[in-house]
Amino acid sequence: MKRYGGFAAVDGISFEVAPGESFGLLGPNGAGKSTTMRMVGAVSTRTAGELSILGLDPDAYGPEIRSQLGVVPQSDNLDTELRVRENLLVYGRYFGLPGRLVAKRADELLAFAQLEDKGKAKVDSLSGGMKRRLTIARALINDPRVLLLDEPTTGLDPQARHILWDRLFRLKEQGTTLLLTTHYMDEAEQLCDRLVVVDTGTIMAEGTPAELIRRYSSREVLEVRFGSDRNSEVAKRLEGIGDRMEVLPDRILVYSRDGEAELVRITEAGLHPITSLVRRSSLEDVFLRLTGRSLIE
Amino acid sequence: MSVTEGDRVRPGARPRPVRSLYAGNARAVMSRGWRATRSTNWLVMLSGFFEPIFYLLAMGIGLGTLVGTVITASGREVEYAAFIAPALLAVAAMNGAIYDSTWNVFFKMQFAKLYEGMLSTSLGPLDVALGEILLALLRGALYAVGFQLVMQVLGLNLSWWALLALPAVLLIAFGFASLGMAITSYMKTFQQMDWINFVMLPMFLFSATFYPLTVYPVWLQQVIQALPLWHGVELVRGLTTGDVGWGMLWHVLYYAVMIAIGLVFTTRRLRVLFLD
Repeated sequence: MKRYGGFAAVDGISFEVAPGESFGLLGPNGAGKSTTMRMVGAVSTRTAGELSILGLDPDAYGPEIRSQLGVVPQSDNLDTELRVRENLLVYGRYFGLPGRLVAKRADELLAFAQLEDKGKAKVDSLSGGMKRRLTIARALINDPRVLLLDEPTTGLDPQARHILWDRLFRLKEQGTTLLLTTHYMDEAEQLCDRLVVVDTGTIMAEGTPAELIRRYSSREVLEVRFGSDRNSEVAKRLEGIGDRMEVLPDRILVYSRDGEAELVRITEAGLHPITSLVRRSSLEDVFLRLTGRSLIE
Repeated sequence: MSVTEGDRVRPGARPRPVRSLYAGNARAVMSRGWRATRSTNWLVMLSGFFEPIFYLLAMGIGLGTLVGTVITASGREVEYAAFIAPALLAVAAMNGAIYDSTWNVFFKMQFAKLYEGMLSTSLGPLDVALGEILLALLRGALYAVGFQLVMQVLGLNLSWWALLALPAVLLIAFGFASLGMAITSYMKTFQQMDWINFVMLPMFLFSATFYPLTVYPVWLQQVIQALPLWHGVELVRGLTTGDVGWGMLWHVLYYAVMIAIGLVFTTRRLRVLFLD
């Protein structure tokens, strides 16, 4: 638990991450994800509760814990006064690692981050995706047991995200424990073995992506549009179709095992949607169901 | 909550609170600063070096021909240039130390998020504070060494005691760097940073730099004597003019306290800002 004055940013978040596991914290902005990450990163003390990282209490063993962690913060805090490779060298020295070892690892990590030919470049000249990869490479310089990633792909274009996911997936395969926060559902489905959905500082749900979809959504979702002013009126006539229905201003969502069959039933009832779409249910449906659709700010 | 509980790290013998403040690795912070200075802002360094030299030439040599000689605090008569040169030496050390420990630190803290990155490694706040302060001290020392060479060339080192001016100048730079960083760590806006300049300029002009303190009424003398630069000026002036006495140890003590206060507050502040 973490309090700032009277406000509890994190209030009763409880989870365990096993070695080698890839664990995700999902939640809308302001849910308490980053605060949780800072506490796990041993740079923020908790107001109450128990926390053990690598078997140690961060209040007593902050430096020991930090020396075994790799941290990728939400906004890049690369050292812009230094060149790309220097960023890795200098960061390695912060851990008190010998210069020769750091130099060797820096070259390996530049290759891993696909930045071999950028070693002498200025940090500011890198694209957003490259900066992110450099930040991840930097976080790996001390060969950490756990990698903390706070919204690793926010603000990147699709190409850059896919390259990044590929790199993170490789780390996962090599047995690095990943703890990441995200509000991208596709990212969570790609990378997380297990996740918790967090909102207003507490856990809303916990499980594997597939489990959560099964528990909080249906196998498929049928999206039908009848035009913005007709949706709610039509919805009344759709009673009984699907397991559950959600009426949004622009469309109606029908949750069901078999979306096509529901669409047939709708047309048989004499209703003809302007557009219709059957898709597999995703974590996004779970997420929106759990955290609500209203804009939280 | 627990992250990879089964995978235990060898814990140290016992939790030692000091270890969370200091990892004994201020060197890494200094070498970072050295690399950064080398690659980006060495030109800025040069300008700070020449400033006191220009003052020495304009005031000491130029104005000095009109002034002639001056009586020091202990009653000795010296050339005007030899009177202000040690004061400017102290100012050189102060400028170097202050430049690095205020504006540079402010930028790193507010915009570059440098310390946030450092403190998520095994470095502690005291490593960061000490590393940055020692780096600022080093710049102050560089300015001072250069300046003292100029003094030597112009024949303004009047005594062998002047050799001790070098460690004295290190002490002065350390003091200003330490206090400068401590104050900067509490600053949040550019406007607040401007207050530092607002204090620095009058302190430079009025701390018995260009004329003896005795021109002031007693109450004003006391105000000046409470400020750090005056102690630096008197200490260095005593050494370069060979006017040495036990009383100078008070100046040394003043700086020792200043260093300690600066380190304590900087460390405490970094801890609150980045590790709480």
